[in-house]
Amino acid sequence: MPIQVKVLSRPVEDASYVRAMLSGMALTFKHLMNPHKKTEQYPEVKWALSPRWRGTHRMLTDETGKAKCVACGLCPQICPANCIKLVPGEDEEGNRYPLVYEIDEFRCIFCGYCQEVCPEEAIHVGRHYENSEYSREGFVYDLERLTSQTHPVSELWDPADPKGE
Amino acid sequence: MPFALLVQAQVYHQFYDPLAPVTSTPWLLFTILKMLVVFTVIMVGVAMLTLAERKISAWIQDRIGPNRAGPGGLLQPAADGLKNIMKEETYPDAANMALFILAPMLSFIPALITFAVIPFAAPLSTRWGLVEMSVAQLPVGFLYILAVSSLGVYGVVLAGWSSNNKYSLLGGLRSSAQMISYEISMGMAAVAVLLLSGNVSLDAIVAQQQTMGWNVFPLLIGFFIFCVAAFAETNRLPFDLPEAESELIAGYHTEYSAMKFSMFFIAEYSNMVTASALMVTLFFGGWDIPGTQWDNIAPHTGLKFLLTLAFFLGKLLFFLFLYMWVRWTLPRFRYDQLMSLGWKFMLPLALAYIVITGGAVLVLDMLNVPHGAQWFGISPFWAALGVLNVVLAALVFVILDRGRIISPAYSRLSPRQVAHLRAISARRSVVAPQGD
Repeated sequence: MPIQVKVLSRPVEDASYVRAMLSGMALTFKHLMNPHKKTEQYPEVKWALSPRWRGTHRMLTDETGKAKCVACGLCPQICPANCIKLVPGEDEEGNRYPLVYEIDEFRCIFCGYCQEVCPEEAIHVGRHYENSEYSREGFVYDLERLTSQTHPVSELWDPADPKGE
Repeated sequence: MPFALLVQAQVYHQFYDPLAPVTSTPWLLFTILKMLVVFTVIMVGVAMLTLAERKISAWIQDRIGPNRAGPGGLLQPAADGLKNIMKEETYPDAANMALFILAPMLSFIPALITFAVIPFAAPLSTRWGLVEMSVAQLPVGFLYILAVSSLGVYGVVLAGWSSNNKYSLLGGLRSSAQMISYEISMGMAAVAVLLLSGNVSLDAIVAQQQTMGWNVFPLLIGFFIFCVAAFAETNRLPFDLPEAESELIAGYHTEYSAMKFSMFFIAEYSNMVTASALMVTLFFGGWDIPGTQWDNIAPHTGLKFLLTLAFFLGKLLFFLFLYMWVRWTLPRFRYDQLMSLGWKFMLPLALAYIVITGGAVLVLDMLNVPHGAQWFGISPFWAALGVLNVVLAALVFVILDRGRIISPAYSRLSPRQVAHLRAISARRSVVAPQGD
């Protein structure tokens, strides 16, 4: 198979290295002098999160400070990453409550289904992302830790426009 | 008639201080002091240059750059250095150990000792005599620089070969080819400077520019060739093929870690400093302050020393900035483009330029055009050569601009060339089946 010679007709303005180089240098110099830099100084300045941001979980509580969860078992059922561990219990009055409620944030894919499926609006994904730990075990959040989180929760939909119209 | 140049060289002595140079013990002490100061300044300067490189790259990309270590990131080089000293030294099993250890030293030492002959300020008169402001006053200064700077390629090639790694070897090979190709053009471009100064001592070259004016104007094309070759010599973009991160990982220093890697890094930056200093000395008057003769004549006071030093450093920093500016603007050349630019354009241009400059100097001297300043402090010799160079430079850039010599692809073929290529292609298609 012979090499096919493809001849491109290019005007000198397009093919000239000297002109391209000079205009490139001018462009970089303009950016060099540009006082408006794009860098955000992260720990001091933080990015504004979207109200729909799905981050670290949070368990909401009722007026008495107890978790709202009724241990219905919907969230471990829907969880695609299988990261929620729930052992239901029942008190003397027949109210169900979680004996064990643990979320492995390391396995979690932050899809937000647990919040969507929760009938009591108890478990939420939150507008928070700084959840680093020194060990893998540290990522397993128990009920106490989930209820003590204070960051704002995610709004999976706009309350003013719930159907997205 | 060429002897006129030698006579001209003698004239510069009128500016020399009547004070005798320092001798014996004071000379030794001053030399040791200069060695220590220059070495320290270069090492600290190189560290600061790494910071400057990162800052400038950041600014060009609309970022801020390192600003956490120390005020404005000033301690970043110290942090980097500390990290590199503490890091583990790795030795590849298959490496040739002796050469592997020798290579960083071989690229580090020539890079540092080249600066020894560069005059960086006006001489200083002291109680013991006149102190020349370069570490060594070699009468063959420029030849020394050509000799020593070409030693640097050994370090790179040995590093590439001894690592026993295909990427390192490719980097080393490319570097040897590139440095040897461009060294020729670099030396040839500098011959024009030597034609004007009539001397290879860098002090004499500076003195010539003080009387006549900076060489950048009368030797514009020489400067252009020298500048491009200096970029190639120091392996900086757009000629950084020996490193070529995207093709060769890190080229010749792929297998190096910790302080040995740092030594290559320091070598690259001190090569930049030396190449910049050389451009300043050969074409921008060295430590000369433009527009006045005050700095060149006795008495050589401390103020003159400091001011000329400041001017030298200012010019040096401009070229270092140019290096970085170009690095963060231009993409890398393809290997064949690099070679064709070096051999098919720079070398013939440099050779032709020697002939033209030599001829022009001869003609101007035959016409008895004076070298010294005459009309409003402008030397007629300087102006005449300058006008010739501007005309030549315009021609060169028009030729360069046609997009044949450096181009993304060979474009703009004439119909005749297209017919020729098609004929070759047709002939191959006939011959190929029989051949195989």
